[in-house]
Parts: sequence; structure tokens; C-alpha cells
Amino acid sequence: MNKMLKILGWGVVALLGAVAVGTVAVHRGEPINALWLVVAATCCYALGYRFYSRFIAVKILALDGLRATPAERLENGRDFLVTNKWVVFGHHFAAIAGPGPLVGPVLAAQFGYLPGTMWVLAGAVFAGCVQDFVILLFSVRRDGKSLTEMAKSEIGRVGGFVAYVAVIAILIILLGVAALIVVNALKSSPWGTFTIAMTMPIAVLMGVYLRRIRPGKVLEVSALGFVLVLTAIWGGQYVSQNPALAQVFTFSAPTLAILIMVYGFAASALPVWLLLAPRDYLSTFVKLGTIALLAVGIVALHPTLHMPPLTRFVDGTGPVFAGKIFPFAFITIACGAISGFHALISSGTTPKLIARETETRMVGYGAMMCESAVAIMAIIAACVVQPGIYFSINSPAGIVGQAPAAAAATISSWGFPVTAADMQALAHAVGEQTLYNRTGGAPAFAVGMAHIFSHSLGGDTLMALWYHFAIMFEALFILTILDAGTRVARFMVQDALGHVYKPLGRTSWYPSILGTSALIVAAWGYFLWQGVKDPLGGINSLWPLFGISNQLLATVALCVATTIIIKMHRAKYAAVTLVPLAWLVAVTFTASWQKMFDSNPRVGFLAQAQALAAGPATSVTGRLIFNNRLDAAVTGVLVVMVTLVLVESGRQWWGILSGTREAPVKEAPFVRTRLVEERLVEERG
Amino acid sequence: MKRIISGWHILVAMLQEIFDEAAYARFLGRAGIVSSRLAYAAFQREKEEGYARRPRCC
Repeated sequence: MNKMLKILGWGVVALLGAVAVGTVAVHRGEPINALWLVVAATCCYALGYRFYSRFIAVKILALDGLRATPAERLENGRDFLVTNKWVVFGHHFAAIAGPGPLVGPVLAAQFGYLPGTMWVLAGAVFAGCVQDFVILLFSVRRDGKSLTEMAKSEIGRVGGFVAYVAVIAILIILLGVAALIVVNALKSSPWGTFTIAMTMPIAVLMGVYLRRIRPGKVLEVSALGFVLVLTAIWGGQYVSQNPALAQVFTFSAPTLAILIMVYGFAASALPVWLLLAPRDYLSTFVKLGTIALLAVGIVALHPTLHMPPLTRFVDGTGPVFAGKIFPFAFITIACGAISGFHALISSGTTPKLIARETETRMVGYGAMMCESAVAIMAIIAACVVQPGIYFSINSPAGIVGQAPAAAAATISSWGFPVTAADMQALAHAVGEQTLYNRTGGAPAFAVGMAHIFSHSLGGDTLMALWYHFAIMFEALFILTILDAGTRVARFMVQDALGHVYKPLGRTSWYPSILGTSALIVAAWGYFLWQGVKDPLGGINSLWPLFGISNQLLATVALCVATTIIIKMHRAKYAAVTLVPLAWLVAVTFTASWQKMFDSNPRVGFLAQAQALAAGPATSVTGRLIFNNRLDAAVTGVLVVMVTLVLVESGRQWWGILSGTREAPVKEAPFVRTRLVEERLVEERG
Repeated sequence: MKRIISGWHILVAMLQEIFDEAAYARFLGRAGIVSSRLAYAAFQREKEEGYARRPRCC
């Protein structure tokens, strides 16, 4: 009876999911309600988790609840620690959830809501969740080794080297792109700039409070910091309405870029407790709260999606970024579907906390499902606003023109009616001078989020506060990544330089700290500056570059996973990682080729350099030509390196399957867990 | 009711882990000291390197 009920229950979920996905996929004409996306996503995740992840856990990985994990065997009370599975889940989710699943889907919404939704659902269930799950388990079985170490030991030295370089490259490109998003969100916005500026003294105050007044009371001080940030948002309104103060906090994009570079350098060089740690706490507090609030807001309001399922821009002529739906939709949305960066976290802190192997399914597969749900929320937020407004915010001046009337006319001519008066009214409602040409995804997401929040809580009068709350939330996210990322990259460079000259590897030696911090900030600062000076808004070139590098890292992670699966004599199931790998190779190699060699100057870096060289020379032409050639070279180098990993992996697979090569599994030896007995003793006694 | 209380405890434990409060409590237990400015400074020194190396996703 119980079994019958279960079958019936899952049958209903499958039927409901099929109807919802079918409705999302084939519905045309009238706008669709966002709840269809929510139902489709919920059913897909439930089915994926119940059946697909279980299949992987049982048939391929053979999760063993009796095998002691490194958290138990190597427990030291610091890095290695047996931890409750829900606590690890929260910890892992807090680490993988960044601004990527918010920004990528907003940018990809230029194709309509359908491509992004389908890629987020299918990509997460069949690729992203699988990658996070298997890499986590393989790291657990190897004493918590990192992806780079696993690539080195399982594929070879080439794999390890490529993974290392790919991580540094992604970090640098990511930091440049992330900083550009903040610049585009804050330029000419005294309210937003004031609020974000205030988060810095608030973070320092939190640091001092934690260190001097109430040591260790992090949750308490984070709540206090949150209240202060809300006060800063409210104060920003006053600043924006006061002409003298507004002038002080109104900055151009280049000025903001310089300020952010100075901040990144300071955050990397200052003691962690003073700025980095409290900011991270504050950011996490706001992040978890806002994601939960947004989920409730969407379900409560269940808004209508005004964006059509597919727009005319599937042909590659999109104003937000150029390029056809394949491959560009699939590199624009990374974190919500599959992100190579997650493999670093799945092989970083998390495997050292897992108490039992069987919990890797919930933590690895489950947390990525939640991340994917965040991406679905971002698609909804981008698509609830009128398409004309969406394109007005996200289109660069180089495409639609600088003047409001010209921009409105161009966008209306695409079939997305909007007037300059509409945009002026919206800008006024959210407390901005203008919302035109605010590329990068953050302002469009903020408008969507403010729309959802203000309609479910507070009404139109709070629209401006919600908008700036959303901007603050995204900028806080991004600046936290900027300071933590700069520091992580600094450590990686110091590790490498330590092999050349030992003192450079000492993380407490100030000349090394200052030198390597400057090096990293200069590297991502270059990409930021390039984006600020790009007449197409920067994000058009840099986001695809980031997407390509991130997905190439996922390619490395899936190569490692496939190699290990084959070594485990589970080759007949290798398709589980091999199919996503083949898809990613197709996507990233096509995207890389097009970004380098496409004849359309809006797509191909080299074509754009050529077009610039042929056009009228200005003071910045030479630099723009150099930037485009540099971007092409970076893309080319990444592709060549990943090709080397693929070739090396292919040789391994061929050798193992043909029996000419040994396949030693480099796992830590089996040790029986004592946790089961301890739990039984506890329960009896 | 029992489940709600248990859920609440897990939520609090999760937040304490994410926000390093649990790590600080473990540090105090390991070192056999009580919370103070000096203890927290020592904890942060120990934590600093690992903290700064912890990757966060995009």
C-alpha cells in the first residue's frame, strides 16, 4: 500500500512537471504566469533528486555509509570536522551562491524566458548538480583533495597545471567583470554609491565590535550591521535629494573603477578581521535573507512574465550581448546550470566537513539544485518588467543611442514599445536620474526585484527603497567576491612565486603582500578599465569571456570525474559525466571560436579590432584594438590548455579501456566508521 | 512540536557554523580558555589563513 502511494505520488509529480514544462515550452501569445516556472522547476528538481541522483549514488558511486570520511579520520577541530548534514548543506550553499546565478540569467533574458529556463533546469539536473556531487564525493574519498590536486594525480601533471592556470584566469576575469557590474550599477547614482560606501565603515565597525566589544558574537553583529545597512539605504534617499551631497556621491564610471581598484588593494592587504571577514558575514547575512525573501515574494505575488518566450534576438543580433542562442545562452548562464567554480568549493571546505559518504548526495546535488532555483528567480525578476524597459536598461548607448528619445524609438522599433516618458517615470520611482544604458544585469535585476517586493510588500511608495536594497544586495555580494577573490588569487600567486624565491611565498611578509596584491589588482583592474572604456558597454565582451573560462573549468572537472569513473570500472555509466562534458566542449569551443574569429565585429574580437582599425582613429582606438586582440589571445590560450587536458584524459581512458594502461584508484584506504556504533551506543544508553 | 524545536536547533547550528561562531566555540574548547578579546584575536589569527583561502563562487 505504502509503495503504491509512493508510486502514485511520484507519478503525480511527474505529470505535473510535464504539464508545467510543456506549458512553459509551447505557450505562445498571452503572457504566462511565473508560477508555471516555479512549478516546472520544483517538479524537475524533485524528480532529478529522487531518481537521477539516487541512480548515480547507487549504481556509479556506490556510496558507503560505513566508510569513514576524512572529517572523522582526520578530525582536528579546525578544517576537518564531523558536522551535521544540514549544517554542511547551509555552509556549502552559502559558499556557492554568488551573484552569477542572478546576473547571467538576467543577461540571457534577451533571448526570452524560454532558453534560459530550459538550460537552467536541464543543465542543473543533468550537469551542474552531477558535477558538484561527484567531485564532492571524489574529494571526500581522497582526504579532501582539491580539484587541482585531483587533476594532477588522476589525469597527470598537464591536468593539474591547466586547472591551476584556469583557476587564476577565471578569478581575474571574474573579478574584472564583477567590478564592472558594480561600476555600471553605481555610475551617476548618488543613492547607490552612498549606500555601498557606507557598507565599508559599517564593516570596519563590525570588525572592531567583534574584536573589542563582544568577541565571537558574529550573528549578533551581523544583525546589527544589517540594520545599519538598511539605515544607510534610507539615508541614501536623503543624500540623493540634497543637491550638495548628491554631487559628492555622483561619480563617473572611470572614477568608480579607480575607487574600486583602490578598495580591492586595501581589502587584500589589510588584516582579515578588520574588513574582509565582517563584510563576508554581512554579505552572507543579507544574501541568505534576500534569497529567502525573494522566493516568498515570487510565490506570494506570482507575477506575470511580460517577456515573450523567445525574442527576435535568438538570431544573434541582441543588444545586450551579441551572438546566437547557441552557444551564447549556455555560457552566459553558468552558475545556475553548471559552473566550474563550484568544483573548487566541492573540493575545498565542504569535503572536510561531511560526516558520512551518503550525505554527499544531499549536499552536492541538493545545494546546486537550490542554486539553480535562485537562477529561476532571477529569470522571473528579469521577465516581470516590460521588455521595452528591460532592453532600455540593458542596451549600451553604442547600440541604441545616448538620447532617451532615440533609444526609446530604436527599442520600440524592435517590437518592444517603450517611451522616454515611461523610462523617466521609472527612474523617478526608483530614485535614479536615468535608467538608460545601465548594462551589466544588476540594475535590471534590481528593477525586477523591486517590482516583486513593492507589489507584495509596501506598494509603489517603497519602490525606490526596494530598488536600492536590491542594488546594495548585489553590490555587497560582488564587492565581497572582489576582496575575497583578490586575496585568494594573491595566495595562489604567492604559492607559485615561493618556488622561485622563498620569501615571496611567505603570506605574512609585507613586501610580498603588497607586490602580489598590486599584481592581482592590476590584472583584474585592466579588464575592468577595458570594460569601462568599451563603447559597447564592456559586458558584451567580458561576460562571454568569463562564461567561457568558467565552463572550461567545468570541462576540466568533468574530465577528472570521467577519468575516475572509468578507473572505478564503471565505464558503462560514464555517460553521466561524459555527456555533459561533450556538451560543454561543444558549447565552449564553439563560443571560443566565434569570439575569436567571427566576422561580425560585435561577436568576434579580431573582427572588432579590424573594424576599429578601418574606422576613424580617435585617442582610444589603439587601446581598444589592443584590448580586443588581448581578449582573443586569452580565449585562445584557455582553449589550447583545455584541449591538452582533453587529449591527456582521452589517452587515459583509451589506455584503461583497451587494457594497455593500469588504472589504480587513488583513494584513501577504506576505514570503517565508528560513528554508527557511537550513535547506537548513544541511543541505547 | 518536537520536530519544530529540532528544526530550530538545526537552523541555529547552521547559522552558527556559517558565521564561524561554532568554530570559535570549538577553538575555546580546544584551548581550554574562556571568551575574551585576546582569545578572539588568537582565534582569528588561527583562522586568518584558512579564511582568506576559502573560495567563494561567482
